Amino acid sequence: MADSTAHQPTADRPRIGLLVNPIAGLGGPVGLKGTDGPAAARALALGAQPQAGHRVALALRTVADRWPADSATPVVVTVRGAMGSSAVPPGLETQLLDEAPEDPSAGADTTRLAAALVAAGVDLLLFAGGDGTARDVYQGVGQTVTVLGLPAGVKMQSDVFAASPTAAGELVVAVLTGRSRGTREADVLDLDEEAYRHAAIAPLLLGSLIVPAAPQVQGRKSPSPPTEATAVAGIAADVVDGFEVGRGYILGPGTTTRAIAREAGIAKTLIGVDALLWTDAGGQLLLADARADQLEALVRRQPSSIVLTPIGGQGSLLGRGNQQLSPGVLRSVGREGLIVVAAPAKLDALAGRPLFVDTGDTELDLALAGHMQVVTGYHERTVMPVVAA
Amino acid sequence: MTATRLDGSDAGSPAHPARETSPSQGIAPKPFPRRFHQARWDEPIIFELSQPGARGVLPPAVDDEMRAVAGDPLAALPPEIRRETPPALPELPQLHVLRHYLRLSQENLGVDLNIDVGQGTCTMKYSPKVNDQLIRSPRFADIHPLQDPSTVQGALEIAWRLEQMLKEISGMDRVTFQPGAGSAAIFTNVAMVRAYHAARGESGQRDEIITTIFSHPSNAACAKTAGYKVITLRPDPSTGHPSLEALEAAVSEHTAALLITNPEDTGIFNPQIDDFVRLVHEAGGLCVYDQANANGILGVTRAREAGFDACHFNLHKTFSTPHASGGPAAGACGVTEALAPFLPRPTVERGADGFYLDFDRPQSIGKIRPWYGVMPNIVRAYAWIASLGGPGLREVAETAVLNNNYLMRRVLEIPGVSAPYGADQPRIEQVRYSWEELHAETGVHSEDLGIRMADHGTHYWTSHHPFVVPEPMTLEPTESYSRADLDEYAGLLASVAEEARRDPQLVAQAPYASTIHRIDPDWFDDPDRWAVTWRAYRRKHGGQPGAPADTHG
Repeated sequence: MADSTAHQPTADRPRIGLLVNPIAGLGGPVGLKGTDGPAAARALALGAQPQAGHRVALALRTVADRWPADSATPVVVTVRGAMGSSAVPPGLETQLLDEAPEDPSAGADTTRLAAALVAAGVDLLLFAGGDGTARDVYQGVGQTVTVLGLPAGVKMQSDVFAASPTAAGELVVAVLTGRSRGTREADVLDLDEEAYRHAAIAPLLLGSLIVPAAPQVQGRKSPSPPTEATAVAGIAADVVDGFEVGRGYILGPGTTTRAIAREAGIAKTLIGVDALLWTDAGGQLLLADARADQLEALVRRQPSSIVLTPIGGQGSLLGRGNQQLSPGVLRSVGREGLIVVAAPAKLDALAGRPLFVDTGDTELDLALAGHMQVVTGYHERTVMPVVAA
Repeated sequence: MTATRLDGSDAGSPAHPARETSPSQGIAPKPFPRRFHQARWDEPIIFELSQPGARGVLPPAVDDEMRAVAGDPLAALPPEIRRETPPALPELPQLHVLRHYLRLSQENLGVDLNIDVGQGTCTMKYSPKVNDQLIRSPRFADIHPLQDPSTVQGALEIAWRLEQMLKEISGMDRVTFQPGAGSAAIFTNVAMVRAYHAARGESGQRDEIITTIFSHPSNAACAKTAGYKVITLRPDPSTGHPSLEALEAAVSEHTAALLITNPEDTGIFNPQIDDFVRLVHEAGGLCVYDQANANGILGVTRAREAGFDACHFNLHKTFSTPHASGGPAAGACGVTEALAPFLPRPTVERGADGFYLDFDRPQSIGKIRPWYGVMPNIVRAYAWIASLGGPGLREVAETAVLNNNYLMRRVLEIPGVSAPYGADQPRIEQVRYSWEELHAETGVHSEDLGIRMADHGTHYWTSHHPFVVPEPMTLEPTESYSRADLDEYAGLLASVAEEARRDPQLVAQAPYASTIHRIDPDWFDDPDRWAVTWRAYRRKHGGQPGAPADTHG
């Protein structure tokens, strides 16, 4: 079913799955804030140049340059044409699937071909694109394979992208030569591009992909820095340590709040708002994927707190993807009833920008604004500014 | 024979003209950058060099006459302290020992060898060698802390006098030198904070310590080690220091203390520091000043004037004692009268009959370390301060600040580097720069640039982890370096950044002229692989079980 450009067996050689969204990033330079739907044609008409292939070549050249001489050389498993083989630089062996994209290709091709690559057997799936591509990959592979995003899109708020093409290449080498720090769950955010183009940024948490944990860098003065997974485990232990018996805890969307639910002994929906009652025997699930009216009823009958984590690179705390936490719920619980949690890396990524709230109730937003303590680890907090959007 | 030039073809590039040399005729200009190449000896570990039976010194056998007089010298040793087997030490002739250590010394970039401005936060100033002569004097080197105080009056007097000096420098009422390093000093201060609140019956209530993200991480770490919860403040991007509003959100009746470095590792001095102290005091907390970054404020401002209850200095940073690669450092903790009862014991006191050690301190936190301080460093620091005097210390600070701001101006001329936070503010004694822009353009990491610098006989350190400033570089030129040194260093940075643009792989694969290539940092994090003793190395990598006594390797 697949042909190979070389004759040596590839059985014990690392296999890099590669999928390129050839039109990713087209909209950015011409100010379109994305390339979904008809925007691609508009971008091309405005003179945009495809960028993704060039960035993939840069990443794969890094893979070839940094590949250790004593390790079996990798094979790039991909599809013919602009969604794959055209971007592979010389010197890397490729293996092509029979499946091919439609012409012109679309998001559905990404979903279908990502699944086909996993079926063909890959150790790591590298995709180039933006948030939309991440969404399509997620729909194709879920959590069946380790995935790494190569940043090539306009919007990259999902937490699945390497910092740069070179960084992606370095990470691929680290993962496939056994030098990575394991994997972690990373949020995939689905943006409504039309809303985004009209400046009403509305990232929604869609799901999570398994991505490599960031590798260590050299030159430390201090010993091993904690990984994000360690930080999240510490956050979960800290928050659950503080739970009071007889109190309700409403958990917002996200992988961090899900880790807290797990620590409390309940299963939580990733993208929904759930609620638990803390009892002598641990957590007891009250509401899964709750609606605002259910939460309003809960906070009326039960003293409650809300556990929240900022979503995406924008620092959104309320009003993006968690509108179930309505002004009514928030007013009942009050500012002192909010428990905000975030791994330090998430706050570092804000580069000094504040967290923001946009509940739709200006007066409430202003009441919530100010400085807030954020739980960043076990017995560790950081003070963050919060502003009304 | 005709005179040949020393590789004149290599004498400088268009971008970097040759370094200026003597104007005298016939001396070839030296190229820039230097064509440095570090020694590589592939030197084994000294245990591997051992030759059974080899001896450095062969003492003559005891002759019969002496034996008749003295008897068996070992008979005086109690049996329980006699070894049954000889120690497993390497056996080498003297020449081999000397050669081994000289080779190792050539395989590192020591502070006396390079323009060591790249180890920001460490204050790598010159340690005057004359001060080492003082501590090598037999009158000092041959004394022991177990001697009766009446026999070590000179050593105690130096410790007492240094305490008076640091009291003056900090404005505090008492100073101890017992901690063996900066972090030990921070821990000492946290332990005193804990004892203070316990004495007031508030230790259960006050379980939080506040610090800032650009304070030294040892503040947070020591607070955690002492059992406290830690709240960290981040800077306001426009001013570069945390706001009072951020502090207000952290201070409460749970606050045990504020532990803060000022200037922080960005080199930015928090001008609201007295308001910070006031807010924490109003809530019943204590304020502890980490003065590891004191080199730019000596004689300018003091912990006392900002209202602090305690502070610490690193004698191996500000006061010139050697860093010694994790060897004997020294921390000095200063406290106000209110905290003095909790100081580690003993304290050095002056009485009617001379100097004595005071162990009778019932509220003391006890001992942080044996004895009363790292005496060699107490002597060095005393000598250094005495040689400068008050005006000299202030001149140190002013020169360090001038050097830093001159270097910052030179560095910021290089495309691709920035000094985040508090744009356009002057910095005190160091700057945490960012190569984020160069990285975005070239894919080369700051780490790579720092390693490439090693090909030119110097280096730099990025930052503590995790990085808060992206692609960081922390430079602290101190007062020791000349303008020509700073120009050379800035020129090297410019040259390496230019290489990153021209040939990113060249920089990313560096070093080429160093003793070793890159090492896998994962080794430092893996207890199954790291080995700090020969026994541990053999056990972990040679398949040999450790000796029964070896439970610490």
